[in-house]
Amino acid sequence: MLASFDAVLLARIQFAFTVSFHFLFPAFTIGLASYLAVLNGLWLWTKHHKYLDLFRYWVKIFALAFAMGVVSGIVMSYQFGTNWAVFSDRAGPVIGAPMAYEVLSAFFLEAGFLGIMLFGREKVGPKLHMAATAIVALGTVFSAFWILSVNSWMHTPAGFSIDPDTGQFLPENFWEIIFNPSFPYRLMHTVTAAYLTTAFIVGGVAAFHLLRRRRRGEVASEATRTMFSMAMWMAAIVAPIQIFLGDLHGINTLEHQPAKVMAMEGHYESHPEGAPLYLFGIPNDETQTLDYAVGIPRLSSLILLHNLNAPLAGLDTIPDDEQPPVGIVFWSFRVMVALGFAMLGIGAWSLWARWRGRLFEAPWLHRAALAMAPSGLIAVLAGWITTEVGRQPYTVYGMLRTAESAAPLDAAAVGTSLVAFIVVYFAVFGAGTFYIMRLMSRPPVFDEPRLKDVTKGPTRTAGITPAIEETMRRPDAAHPGE
Amino acid sequence: MPIAEGVVFDLTFVWGFLIALAVLIYVVLDGFDLGLGMLFAVEPERRHRDVMMNSVAPVWDGNETWLVLGGGGLFAAFPLAYALILPALYAPIIAMLLALIFRGVAFEFRWRTERWRGVWDVAFIGGSAVAALSQGIALGGLLQGITIDKAARAYAGGWWDWLTPFSVTVGLAVMVGYMLLGATWLVMKTDGELQDRMRSRAWILGVATVAFIGVVSLWTPFLQEGYFVRWFAGTRILLAGLVGVAVLALAFLMFRALHVHRHDYWPFLLALAMFGLCFVGLGICMFPYIVPTEVTLWEAAAPYRAQLFMIIGAGILIPIILAYTAYAYWVFRGKVDPEAGYH
Repeated sequence: MLASFDAVLLARIQFAFTVSFHFLFPAFTIGLASYLAVLNGLWLWTKHHKYLDLFRYWVKIFALAFAMGVVSGIVMSYQFGTNWAVFSDRAGPVIGAPMAYEVLSAFFLEAGFLGIMLFGREKVGPKLHMAATAIVALGTVFSAFWILSVNSWMHTPAGFSIDPDTGQFLPENFWEIIFNPSFPYRLMHTVTAAYLTTAFIVGGVAAFHLLRRRRRGEVASEATRTMFSMAMWMAAIVAPIQIFLGDLHGINTLEHQPAKVMAMEGHYESHPEGAPLYLFGIPNDETQTLDYAVGIPRLSSLILLHNLNAPLAGLDTIPDDEQPPVGIVFWSFRVMVALGFAMLGIGAWSLWARWRGRLFEAPWLHRAALAMAPSGLIAVLAGWITTEVGRQPYTVYGMLRTAESAAPLDAAAVGTSLVAFIVVYFAVFGAGTFYIMRLMSRPPVFDEPRLKDVTKGPTRTAGITPAIEETMRRPDAAHPGE
Repeated sequence: MPIAEGVVFDLTFVWGFLIALAVLIYVVLDGFDLGLGMLFAVEPERRHRDVMMNSVAPVWDGNETWLVLGGGGLFAAFPLAYALILPALYAPIIAMLLALIFRGVAFEFRWRTERWRGVWDVAFIGGSAVAALSQGIALGGLLQGITIDKAARAYAGGWWDWLTPFSVTVGLAVMVGYMLLGATWLVMKTDGELQDRMRSRAWILGVATVAFIGVVSLWTPFLQEGYFVRWFAGTRILLAGLVGVAVLALAFLMFRALHVHRHDYWPFLLALAMFGLCFVGLGICMFPYIVPTEVTLWEAAAPYRAQLFMIIGAGILIPIILAYTAYAYWVFRGKVDPEAGYH
C-alpha cells in the first residue's frame, strides 16, 4: 500500500512538473502570436518600417518558444496514458473527444501555417503571409478553448452518466460537457492571463533597452519606444479587466467548488455573520486553524457575495478526506492576486507617465516594468496551482479520486522517468531560455535581420550577418520581397 | 453492413481505420524527417547539414502533429486501449518523448549558438535515433502481445516485458526504414554532391530495409497462434502473399528509379509506398484486435455518442488539414537552395 501511494505521489509530481513547464510556453506564445499578427497587420497597413522590425525581432523569439511548447506538449498527450491509465479509461469517452478536436482544429492549424509564417513571406506574398500569421494566432486560441474545456469539465463535470459495469463516464450531451459551468470563466481568465503575460514580457524587454540607452546617454530607437508603449497600453487596459474576470471566476468557484474557495480564503471556520478577508496567516491543517492571521473583517463576504454580512461556510463543514491541502492553495492564491494588483499598478503608473508626456523618460517606471517582466508567468503558474491543488483530492471533482486515477504504476519506473524529465527539461529548456534571453538582450534595430537570415547564413551569435550590416548603412535599400 | 465473418461496418471500424491512417501518415512524414536526423551522423560537413535541416524546417512541426493525433485519437476513440498500451510500453514511450524533445528543439537551438552547435547536432542525431528505435520497439512490444487483467481493465505485466529480441529487431528495422525515407527525401530535395551520396546511401538502406521487412514478416506469425492462423490459413494467406510480392516489386522499382533512371522524386514516392504496404500487412495481422490478441476494436471502443461527435469534426477537418498540409509542402517545393537567405 505504501509503495502504491508513493507511485501515485511520484506520478502527481511528474504531471505537475511536466504540465507547469509546458504551460509557460503557451502562456507566452498565445499572446505573442496575436501580438505578431497585430504588428504584421500594422506594417502592411501603415508601411511604417518599425512594425516590420518589431515583427522580425519577436518572431525569432516566438520560433524558439513555440518549438519548446510543441515538444513539451507532445509529452502531455501521452502522460494521461502512461501514468493515469485508470483516469484515461474512465474519462476518455467524455474528454477524449474535445481533446481530439483540439488536435484537429488547433494543433494542425498552428503547425500547418507556422512554416509559412516563419519562412514564407517571400514565397507566398504579403497577403497570404498575413493570413498565415493570423491563422497561427487563431490556432493558439482554439487550442486554449478545447484544452480549457476539458480541464474545466474535470472541475465542474456535466452532461455525463456513469456506466455501472465499467465505471466509465459516458457522454450524454456534448454541449453541456464542453460548456460546463466553470468553462467560460476559466477560458476568459486564462486567455487574458496569456495576453497579460506577453504584455509584461514585451514591456520588460522594452524597458530594459530604454534604461540601457538612457545610461549611455542615447535616445532609444522608435521601435523600442513603440514596443514599450504598446505593452503599457495592454497593461493599463487588460489588468483591470483581468481582475474583474478573476473575481467572476472566484464567484463561480464558490458556487461549484466551495471547498477550494475555503482553502483559498483560509476559512477553516464557518462565519455565519460575514467572513473576514485574510491577508496573511499560516494555515495549519493539523489543528484546522489559520495561525497568526491578519484579516479585514467581513471583506471576504463582500467580495464573494457582495454583502458585508453574508454567511460563509468554512472547512469545518467539509469532511477531512475531502479537503484540499490548504497551505499551498492559500499561498499560491495570494501570490497570484498580489501580482495581479502589481500589474494594475504598473498600468496606472504608465497612464500617469503617458499623460505627463514622460512615458519614455521615466526610469523608475522602466525599472518597475523590467522587474515585472516575468510576473505574468509566475502569476499564471500560481493561478494554476491554486485551481488544481484546490480540486484535490479529486481528478474529476466529486466523482473520481486522484488516488484511484493512476495507472497500476511501479514506483521505480515513475521515479526514474520523473528524474529523466527533470534533468532533460532543465537542460533543454534552460538552454532555450538562455537563447531567448540573449535575443532579448539585443535591441530591435532598423532593418532587423529576418529569421531566415539567421537560420540560413553562417550564424553570428548576435544574429547580425555582414550582409545585413551593409544594408543598415544603406537604409533606403529596401527588400523588394517585402 | 457486414464486411466479413460478422465484422460490421460501423463507426468503430471507421475510427480504427482513421487512427491507423493517422499513424501511417505520421510514420511516413516524421519517418523521413527522423531518418534525415540519423543521416546527420554520416554527413559531417556543415553546409550539407544546414541544407538537410532546412529541407524539413518548415514542415517538421506538422509532421509531429500526426503523432499527437494518433495518441489523442486513441485516447478519444479507444480509451481502454490507450489505458492498456501506454503503461505496457512505458519505457519506450517515455524514451521517445524525451528524444523528440531533443531533436525538436535542435531545429531552433542549432542556429542560435556557435559554440554549442555540435552539442545540438548530437542532440538532433541522438534524438532522431532514439525516437525511431523506441517507436519500433513499441510496435514490436504491441505485436508480441501484452499481459492484461481484463476484469480490472488494467495492464498486468512487468515493466520490462517490452524488451525482447523481437521488439529490438523491429526497433532496428524502423530505424533503417526511416533512414531510407530520409535518404530518398534528400535525393528529391537536394542536388550535387549531397544528392549523389544520398543516392548510394539509399541503395544500401533499401537493401537493409527489405531484409528487415523479410525477417520481421517471417517472425511475426510465430509470435502468437492467432497471427499464424491469420497469415497462413483461409483467404488471408493470399492477401499476405500479395503484400509480400508487392513489397518486393516496389523495392525493385525503387532501385531502378534510384540508379538506372537516376530519378529525383520517384525513389521517395516508392519508398513511401513500401511503407504503406507494410502497414497494410500489419493491419491484416492485427485486425480485429487493437491489443493483440486480447482486446478487439469493439471492446475498447468509446461509446457511440462520443464517436459520432468526433466523426463530424474529423470528417470536416481532416480533408481541410490534408489540403493545407499539402499546400505547405507545395509552398516549400523544389530543391533546397543552399544560398537562400543571403540576398
